[in-house]
Amino acid sequence: MNQQAVSGSGLDEKAKPLKLRSRPWAATLILIGGLIALALGIAISVSFGAADIKLSVVWTAVFHFNPDITDHQIIRELRLPRVLGGVMVGASLAVAGAIMQGMTRNPLADSGLMGINSGAGFALAVCFAFFPGLPFMYLILYSFVGAGAGAGIVYGVGSLAKGGLTPARLVLAGAALSALLSALSEGIALYFRIGQDLAFWYAGGLAGTKWFQLQIMSPWVIAAILGAIVLSRSITMLSLGEDIAKGLGQRTGLVKLAGTLIVLILAGASVAVVGAVGFVGLIIPHLTRYLVGVDYRWIIPCSAVLGALLVVGGDLTARMINPPHETPVGAIIALIGVPFFLYLARKERREL
Amino acid sequence: MQSRKKISSEDARRKHGLRVIGVLAVLIVIMFIISVNTGYIRLTPLELLDTLFGKGTEKQELILFQFRLPRIVISLLIGTALAVSGAVMQGVFRNDLADPGILGINAGAGLMVMLLISFYPTTSAAPVYLLPVVAFAGAACTAALIYSLAYKRHQGISPIRLLLTGVAVAAGMSAAMIVLTLRLDPDKYQFVATWLAGSIWGTSWKFVLSLLPWILILLPYVIYKARVMNVLNLGQQTATGLGANVSREQFRLLAAAVGLAASSVAVSGGIGFVGLVGPHLARRLVGPKHQLMLPASALIGALLVIAADTIGRRILQPSEIPTGIVVAVIGAPYFLYLLARTKS
Repeated sequence: MNQQAVSGSGLDEKAKPLKLRSRPWAATLILIGGLIALALGIAISVSFGAADIKLSVVWTAVFHFNPDITDHQIIRELRLPRVLGGVMVGASLAVAGAIMQGMTRNPLADSGLMGINSGAGFALAVCFAFFPGLPFMYLILYSFVGAGAGAGIVYGVGSLAKGGLTPARLVLAGAALSALLSALSEGIALYFRIGQDLAFWYAGGLAGTKWFQLQIMSPWVIAAILGAIVLSRSITMLSLGEDIAKGLGQRTGLVKLAGTLIVLILAGASVAVVGAVGFVGLIIPHLTRYLVGVDYRWIIPCSAVLGALLVVGGDLTARMINPPHETPVGAIIALIGVPFFLYLARKERREL
Repeated sequence: MQSRKKISSEDARRKHGLRVIGVLAVLIVIMFIISVNTGYIRLTPLELLDTLFGKGTEKQELILFQFRLPRIVISLLIGTALAVSGAVMQGVFRNDLADPGILGINAGAGLMVMLLISFYPTTSAAPVYLLPVVAFAGAACTAALIYSLAYKRHQGISPIRLLLTGVAVAAGMSAAMIVLTLRLDPDKYQFVATWLAGSIWGTSWKFVLSLLPWILILLPYVIYKARVMNVLNLGQQTATGLGANVSREQFRLLAAAVGLAASSVAVSGGIGFVGLVGPHLARRLVGPKHQLMLPASALIGALLVIAADTIGRRILQPSEIPTGIVVAVIGAPYFLYLLARTKS
């Protein structure tokens, strides 16, 4: 994982020095523009659907709620929680991906690729099978534990190997673990006849998001994202390499532990609400780094905004493709994410 | 991965290999008997023999010949095909972790089969003989795509990049498949969902017949090429030095491997890991020489799938667990174990 990849051809001689630039202006612009775009996306998402509702009605539904009007009911009970769930999940997954990529200096790190999402999903399957009717609070806790176990196995397999934790090895271990866990979950679902309950989770849909889920999830997610912003300076140091960070007097072990905890909370909470959506945590941090440079103090908040934008947009697309049927948002995002992943796998120079 | 040369004469090794193959064949026969007996209605071994020789009751005949036998034959065939396909891919790419499932070849074949099925009013109306052909087209395109994406000038194909590309392409194909399947009506959707989980759905003699020519032609061809594969295993330069036309042989062998994988995907959906586990166990049992390794892989693959299918049918009677799930539960941990053992 050497930063300075030895340049093979002579053409690279006039290669730029290591790009360690930060672009605060660009970042500010993205934050402001992204938030405006997100507000627009939310508005469109709430008014668009099987029943088209005027934006003015949306406005009154939110601020002057009248339970006798059907449209108000639709907005309050179905569309608002759905779009807010999308915002939360998108921000969570993107921030989790950014932290993982920064800490491990691994360009392919993403909670979906590394078995974290499938671990959380498996924990949920077990919950549904053995403890039906668990309150949502416990579901989140268990999916958090499952996420941790999944990450632990993938890391473990990756580090046991001679040659250590290479990006490729992590991805392969993650793929195999995901295959295993989803097979086990499917087996459990068939055995206990809970396929119906689980199908919704696995399809990666936002459709069933409820207010109470958001209520339980939001404090965790907000706390974790704030924690990530507090950690962001240390993550920038870590992304320069562990030795450099240590030399600058950082307690790297502590930072890594805190970062990992944040990642598990974010991924676990997201999976508990929408099921396994991959690739958000892979694409967004790369895009953000490209736009705002290498300072994680900017990368993390911008990733959160862009991730939310991607999931809300993906959800909107998923509803438009084949109305009135829903397409799982995870599939839509994977279609965008795969070409991107392939491009990354081909690239050799890493600018992390 | 070349295992160390054991200090044993060629002859002793061949004897040992043949013994292993014999034991495997016996195990398959035992599994066959258990499998025939697995199901809603039990048949005693005597009744089974009677029925096989045409002396059973009508009901027994129906169960045996119309339901269980075709399914068992199919699971043996796809196990064979997938394992040999994996063995060839591991040999050609000289990569321990190659497998038609992991490389996304199965997903490509599956996508095409999906498209074909969605054009027909019911799943049973689709022309059975077209399925393997269409699957082959899909698999071949996918293989070409993966190969070209993983290929870089001045470097050729690096094993790890090939795997990464395969994993990504497989993810993309599955996503595309999910998006497409939602346009289907609920019945077909249900069918596709179980099919994706790797359940052996083509359980009639038609499917056996549509699969058989592929296997009867490609399997002997690959075994006939065993010596070439031994040479390829020595590495590109050595093989060229020994007078093998490396790129041509690689292409032919890969085409055969893709054909084997595709024809079995056409009737069984996505059963992964057979192509990974089969060849590995075979190498452990009989050594790396392809003359023995290929037949042994074929038998291990067949044994694995028939066992998985039987387990899947037995656990949850009268409903069943898709075979692919059972195989993944066995195969995935093994893959992780291999991953932890191999050097970068």
